[in-house]
Amino acid sequence: MTAVVAQESQLSLAGALNRALADALAADPTVLVFGEDVGALGGVFRVTDGLAARFGEQRVFDTPLAESGIVGTAIGMAMNGLRPVVEMQFDAFAYPAFEQITSHLAKLRNRTRGRVELPVVIRVPYGGGIGGVEHHCDSSEAYYTHTPGLRVVTPGTPDDAYRLLRDAIDSPDPVIFLEPKRRYWAKGPLSDERIGFDRAVVRRAGRDVTLIAYGPMVATALETAEAATEEGWDVEVVDLRSLAPFDDETVCASVVKTGRAVVVHEASGFGGYGAEVVARVTERCFHHLHAPVLRVTGFDIPYPPPKLEEHHLPSVDRILDAIGRLQWDDEVVGSCGA
Amino acid sequence: MARTRAPERTLLPSDEPLSLLRKDGTPVDDSPLSMPDDDVLVELHRRMVIGRRFDTQATALTKQGRLAVYPSSRGQEACEVGSVLALRPTDWLFPTYRDSVALVTRGVDPAETLTLLQGGWHLGYDPYEHRVGPQCTPLATNTLHAVGFAHAARLKGEDVAALVLLGDGATSEGDTHEALNFAGVWKAPVVFLVQNNGYAISVPMSKQNAAPSLAHKGVGYGVPSVLVDGNDVAAVHAVVREALESGGPTLIEALTYRIEAHTNADDATRYRTSDEVAAWLDRDPVDRLEAYLTSRGLLDHARRAAVAAEAEEFAASVRAKLNVDVEPSPEDLFEHVYATTPRHLREQAALLREELA
Ligand SMILES: Cc1ncc(C[n+]2csc(CCOP(=O)(O)OP(=O)(O)O)c2C)c(N)n1
Repeated sequence: MTAVVAQESQLSLAGALNRALADALAADPTVLVFGEDVGALGGVFRVTDGLAARFGEQRVFDTPLAESGIVGTAIGMAMNGLRPVVEMQFDAFAYPAFEQITSHLAKLRNRTRGRVELPVVIRVPYGGGIGGVEHHCDSSEAYYTHTPGLRVVTPGTPDDAYRLLRDAIDSPDPVIFLEPKRRYWAKGPLSDERIGFDRAVVRRAGRDVTLIAYGPMVATALETAEAATEEGWDVEVVDLRSLAPFDDETVCASVVKTGRAVVVHEASGFGGYGAEVVARVTERCFHHLHAPVLRVTGFDIPYPPPKLEEHHLPSVDRILDAIGRLQWDDEVVGSCGA
Repeated sequence: MARTRAPERTLLPSDEPLSLLRKDGTPVDDSPLSMPDDDVLVELHRRMVIGRRFDTQATALTKQGRLAVYPSSRGQEACEVGSVLALRPTDWLFPTYRDSVALVTRGVDPAETLTLLQGGWHLGYDPYEHRVGPQCTPLATNTLHAVGFAHAARLKGEDVAALVLLGDGATSEGDTHEALNFAGVWKAPVVFLVQNNGYAISVPMSKQNAAPSLAHKGVGYGVPSVLVDGNDVAAVHAVVREALESGGPTLIEALTYRIEAHTNADDATRYRTSDEVAAWLDRDPVDRLEAYLTSRGLLDHARRAAVAAEAEEFAASVRAKLNVDVEPSPEDLFEHVYATTPRHLREQAALLREELA
């Protein structure tokens, strides 16, 4: 499969997802798109805009309002040879489907010794930063990444959004596709390169410190890297893209080069995904580290009301502070190489 | 048995369970159901006898430590066998943990049926080979898989229906309601067969449900509903067959009873009386059909002996197949988690290999 390049030079992340869905529906008659309000409305974020009109109600349709039902029937459809791509309207509204996701979607391949394959994609608009009220802003990645059998990916750019979604739909394994909703309107070009589904990417090269980010925080990390130049810090930014499985190679190569790392995510820190990243980096790169690997995360609180969310979400300043805590008087910065 | 409603596909079930045979095996006059053909009845008998023998054999294997646990379906043979033999070869069955007799009736190898309970691996059979979904332990979740499967068949233009088995307790789970609703809206060809055996482990129907019957729950979803005598295999077969052929969804509640405890690990005397059990033994599904077949001249001494011998042989083969130690390979732990094994799992597999070396 070759990716179709957008004619427009710039596309929003939501637009890139829409194009990926359209291209996948056109390429493979077994692909279906369904969920709540994904038909005539085109989804509350318009990611499925125009798809029902173009591909018909047999392939793009509204379901009854029931998340367990959406995922549970998607499992049955996948068992019968279709490739469902379903939308959970918002992060916290996917929880009713949790049982179907963890007990069945993630496990059926393993339980049946590979006889049942479930190529299901579950799209979840996730995270905050859009002034949403409670239950509309959760960062739920740790629940899914903790579940063996699931692939969990999240794009940080429109280009990745397009290509990761095409890869997700092609994947023989179930994929939790986390869409950073505050980046839906961010624009960028599309290219026709394949990503390689499990690969992190170095978004910005630097010598002094590695910022490890994903999804909604990639843009914030890049902004931080720019701001850090004023302090004389040359910051490298790694965008994980695939949260599970994890690309140790790309991440460790970067940390070995810089000797310092900060993991950034919106989700609460306690028991969070960042703890896994810190542990992996520490276990693999300990002798190259000049400082402990730090985390900058949301607070360990239920998602706050819109007027307070700016205090909760990792900001450029908070990330710069963390970078500042990495003991810059060390002479060997950048010189310890693999 | 009194009948207050015609069997057309109305949403409301009858007040009394539909039946074809009374508990003494005499036929019900004016039943709205059509009696299955003689050869089908004879086959239903044979499979019930084999199923029951298989069930007692499996329970015996728990005592010998060959199976970790076994949920018996003794007493429910009419539901297990009557429904499965109503399936066309292309139809699919979505069973629960209690439905091992349904599986062997569908032709799944008895050893493969019991793999889960044996501790060898979570599932022993190939779902596609027999058109049998994985036996489901989390309650009611299989209802949605059946609806999705059947809807996919419809989208693909295939004439395939799904039969999903569930218990009375499972009707309280949200997934049952979501599945009935999806099936109603999509008009999916799915038959929900609730085997109402009176108890969810220890919890009786009175604490499970406030509706006049479980079949009534179909009404709110626009799903035609049937209440049937679940110890009358002819009636179960007839209603399931009709429901499978209807092309849309049906909710069937079959009134039955599990004679044994919930599993071999359960003590049923804590929550039910021996009088109650005795009353249900008196309605035994196998005896009932035998009485009818005998009265019709379709079953004689020789035939009965031949079926018993076949069941005995089947049980012997189950014993032989399970009287071996299963030794799954530890390396299997890392297989089939993903289509291709990712690096971190390859590393963990290597670690385990080292530990085992
Ligand atoms: C979601 C879920 N909750 C609890 C259990 C534990 N459990 C196993 S069987 C059972 C009772 C089920 O009763 P019923 O649906 O009537 O089926 P039966 O066992 O009588 O066939 C319970 C509570 C389970 N398997 N799944």
